[in-house]
Amino acid sequence: MTNALTLSGKGLGKSFNGRAVFHDVSFSVEEHQTLLITGHNGSGKSTLMKIICQVLTPSAGHVQVGRADSAGDGGRDLFGFVSPYLQMFEEFSAMENLAVAMGIRGRQWNKREAAALLERVGLDPDRDEPVRTYSSGMKQRVKYAFALLHHPPVLLLDEPAANLDAEGVSAVRSIMAAQRKAGILVVATNDPGDVDTPDVMVDLDARR
Amino acid sequence: MPGDSTRMSSYARSVMSVFLKDWRSELRTRYAMNALLMFVVTTIAIVLFSLGSEGAPSDALSGMLWTVIFFSAMSGLSRTFVMEEERGTTFTLQLLAPPSAVFFGKLLFNLVLVLGLNAVTILLYLALITGFVIQTLSIFLVAVLLGSLGFAAAATVIAAIIARANTRGTLYPVLSFPVLLPLLLTVINATRLASEGAYFQEAYGEFQILISYIVVVVVVSSMLFEYIWKD
Repeated sequence: MTNALTLSGKGLGKSFNGRAVFHDVSFSVEEHQTLLITGHNGSGKSTLMKIICQVLTPSAGHVQVGRADSAGDGGRDLFGFVSPYLQMFEEFSAMENLAVAMGIRGRQWNKREAAALLERVGLDPDRDEPVRTYSSGMKQRVKYAFALLHHPPVLLLDEPAANLDAEGVSAVRSIMAAQRKAGILVVATNDPGDVDTPDVMVDLDARR
Repeated sequence: MPGDSTRMSSYARSVMSVFLKDWRSELRTRYAMNALLMFVVTTIAIVLFSLGSEGAPSDALSGMLWTVIFFSAMSGLSRTFVMEEERGTTFTLQLLAPPSAVFFGKLLFNLVLVLGLNAVTILLYLALITGFVIQTLSIFLVAVLLGSLGFAAAATVIAAIIARANTRGTLYPVLSFPVLLPLLLTVINATRLASEGAYFQEAYGEFQILISYIVVVVVVSSMLFEYIWKD
């Protein structure tokens, strides 16, 4: 029996105030694979992403994530998440945001590792200004550092290229390639071109 | 077991980090502190002007002290959750920590705020209000400490409930009043006993009610919080 990481959803559905957003969504991906979630605006991509990372409870079905020898051990630390609606703590600098995040995760803080990660996403680790003074593209880069610092086995990217310039998009492609080697990548986007070769696709337009 | 102690220390770090995040944020913005302080000064000034040089019975002065504390607290204690909702960082916290760690971190922050608020209010009240004298300090200190903890616990969970409502400003004191009424009546009675010079043993009944209130509110809040917080 292999000890591969798996992420699966079975019969997932979500309703808000009696209005169904999607129903009967199922998928299964393993380590080194990419799950692509597509659909037009309002089709429930972000809702499904929140259900996958267990922040939102589905109205039907269930999500399972873990290794074969400990199936169902899903916890917050398994996931890294980047999205346009994810907000940083704007009164703190990028480095302080990472320190706060690691502390709240209950993890040990390693400033050197955080500095290397900020450089990897194209930010100056010594910049002391609060995040509220950053441009939207720079904020998006902070979110990538925030999502990657705890080495999550599952990386969820909602509209991964939002607010990024060409250099930023290139950095994101490199992050996506690295995640495919290290674990599972989940991408929700309006533009299927964001992902070169998805292994599993969920089209939410067909699940309304 | 080593695994259990690692999980406990990780959980404790998580709680402390939520508290420290809010504390550093408050030191930079001073939003809650300024609101609380302005309200304390304003309400004590109103009490002072309305009493003039005339005194009032000790039970009335005890009631007025906790009225000042209640309305001052209502002006600032909801910030801990309302701020997360307004800035859109509720989702960020949901990604980072289990609901109970967020609850206890926020409770700790509100407790520190309430203790600070009570210290300032009581010192000003003792200095400015004629006729308000504490004769049994031990009763007063225990009542203030237990009252602060009960206040912070109830205020924290109510703040979490109202943070997502549109009418959160008016809803907070309205929803808090019935929940805090048993606590308020008990601390007012304990304060009256302290100002009348009662023996410490005479306030045991009040302390038992306060401890029971704290246990019930903290246990029920920590159980309900996940449902309030998650969806």
